[in-house]
Amino acid sequence: MKILTEHINVPGIETIDVFRKHGGYSAVEKALKKMTPDEVTEEVKKSGLRGRGGAGFPVGMKWSFLAKPEGVPRYLVCNADESEPGTFKDHYLMWKSPHTLIEGMIVSSYALGANTSYIYVRGELMYVVNILEKAIQECYDKGLLGKNILGSGYDLDLFVQPGGGAYICGEETALLESLEGKRGNPRNKPPFPAVKGLWQSPTVVNNVESIAATSWIVNNGGEEYAKIGIGRSTGTKLISASGHLRKPGVYEIPLGITVEDFIYADEWCGGIREGHKLKAVVAGGSSVPILPAELILKTANGENRLMTYESLSDGGFATGTMLGSGGFVVMDETTCIVHNTLTFGQFYHHESCGQCSPCREGTGWMDKVLHRIEHGKGREEDIDLLVDVAKKIEGNTICPLGDAAAWPVAAAIRHFRDEFEWHIRHPEKATQKGAVFMREGASWTK
Amino acid sequence: MVNTQTIQFPADTLELVHKIIKRYPEGKQKSALLPILHLAQAEWRWCSPEVMDYVAGLLNIKPVEVYEVATFYTMFHLEPVGEHVIEYCRTGPCCLMGGVDVYDHLKKKLGIETGETTQDGKFTIKEVECLAACGWGPVFQIREKYYMNLTNEKVDEIIEELSK
Repeated sequence: MKILTEHINVPGIETIDVFRKHGGYSAVEKALKKMTPDEVTEEVKKSGLRGRGGAGFPVGMKWSFLAKPEGVPRYLVCNADESEPGTFKDHYLMWKSPHTLIEGMIVSSYALGANTSYIYVRGELMYVVNILEKAIQECYDKGLLGKNILGSGYDLDLFVQPGGGAYICGEETALLESLEGKRGNPRNKPPFPAVKGLWQSPTVVNNVESIAATSWIVNNGGEEYAKIGIGRSTGTKLISASGHLRKPGVYEIPLGITVEDFIYADEWCGGIREGHKLKAVVAGGSSVPILPAELILKTANGENRLMTYESLSDGGFATGTMLGSGGFVVMDETTCIVHNTLTFGQFYHHESCGQCSPCREGTGWMDKVLHRIEHGKGREEDIDLLVDVAKKIEGNTICPLGDAAAWPVAAAIRHFRDEFEWHIRHPEKATQKGAVFMREGASWTK
Repeated sequence: MVNTQTIQFPADTLELVHKIIKRYPEGKQKSALLPILHLAQAEWRWCSPEVMDYVAGLLNIKPVEVYEVATFYTMFHLEPVGEHVIEYCRTGPCCLMGGVDVYDHLKKKLGIETGETTQDGKFTIKEVECLAACGWGPVFQIREKYYMNLTNEKVDEIIEELSK
């Protein structure tokens, strides 16, 4: 079942003519000519679609929070600031099929009553900005954007905004600050963007994949969408698969397949690279807890782990993780968990905006301590120090970057403490090139 | 080096600047800051104080409003850089795919470390965080172009091509 990527490999799909030949923009026709904005919102609510950027908040509910005071403009802003390590699905979708996003933008803007919308793309993807702008121009030329779209009386202008290289701008209020031409410092909430967002006007911020999915929902109905998946994990999800796989890449999966199938089936990643064994997975982007092979394939209760929001978080952080953004990073037995955790530690240290002391100082401490453990200068008490710092960041910042920085470090120690100890106790071995700790009896060392 | 007397976008870029400003409501022209800083950097390679002052003038905002933004976002170079700035991804997934060795090879090949520029002013190497191309790692970017699935051999080819 493909909703977003069915035609992604069709030659010329980035052009409006080919896109339309494959059913593109039928959702715009249907929504603008046959449905009221509230009816569109209602279908999105029925679909159970959840925010695909990482938080998983129901999209229809987010839309229903949008304040609609008379005479005040409302905005839809697409969050295409994809920067979570391990995640590259939005990049892929916009690069290959820009009209898939633009169609969703028109439908969603109509539902929200926005007459000006923005797609905020991370600045590094300037070539994608150019692809989108070209596609947007095609839409203006064909009457799908601008005044009185398809004779419906609905007006929409759509613009692309490049960022400047800052992970924090994926946080929606930081993104709005950035779109206003400021530093990307997250705002205190409330007020939420739905009430005071872009230039203090009511604003909805949604991820690329969420917005793109709304076209299919309009065409086929929310109930049809909700039939895909399991329970509250409805629809399909783009998974960015990276690391030691035979076939890394972006896959659109129906939510609910098993993790084992996703990793090993030929239809998906095709297994671990030749001659190697699965050691660990970061299932939802760098922010979510890493899990060792045993716990990613099966829950602590011995049930098959599924690719759903609920199944991946089964067991809480003790034995579970999160679906997050779907950044699925796979590591085989050659991976040094300490080194990988250090790269994440550096990342969050670099990307902390510096507003909240626990995050600004804490990410620096974690980076420093991880660095000395990795480089053979670790001390026995460093492991507990890291756990302590992580705890002091978690929940003590105004945006989730603090949690996102704390969780991967805490989880790496939770599941691979022996590997950290080995680094500290055997620095001469651990600092040798390519040296990796081998846990006796673990599935990946057998 | 930039001659401070002649900081002025060419006419077609200026036209684009004015088009960009129209994307936002009246009085919200500050929103054009990031897009225009990108244009400025494409024009002058780096965001010198003089360039930033010029951008402030274009947008009718205070110079400090430009400085505080340019220093926040990592894409803006605040010191002179070479003709080709190679920005390699150092984050986890690229490292899993052998990034560290490939980047070491790159540095050796150019004879410089991260943050340095070759003597002929041709190349600068910078280390950056995740470029959202993890499944195609290791990755670096030079201006708008992504170079993916890098190997030592590919790095050699790219450098030789750009050295011509």
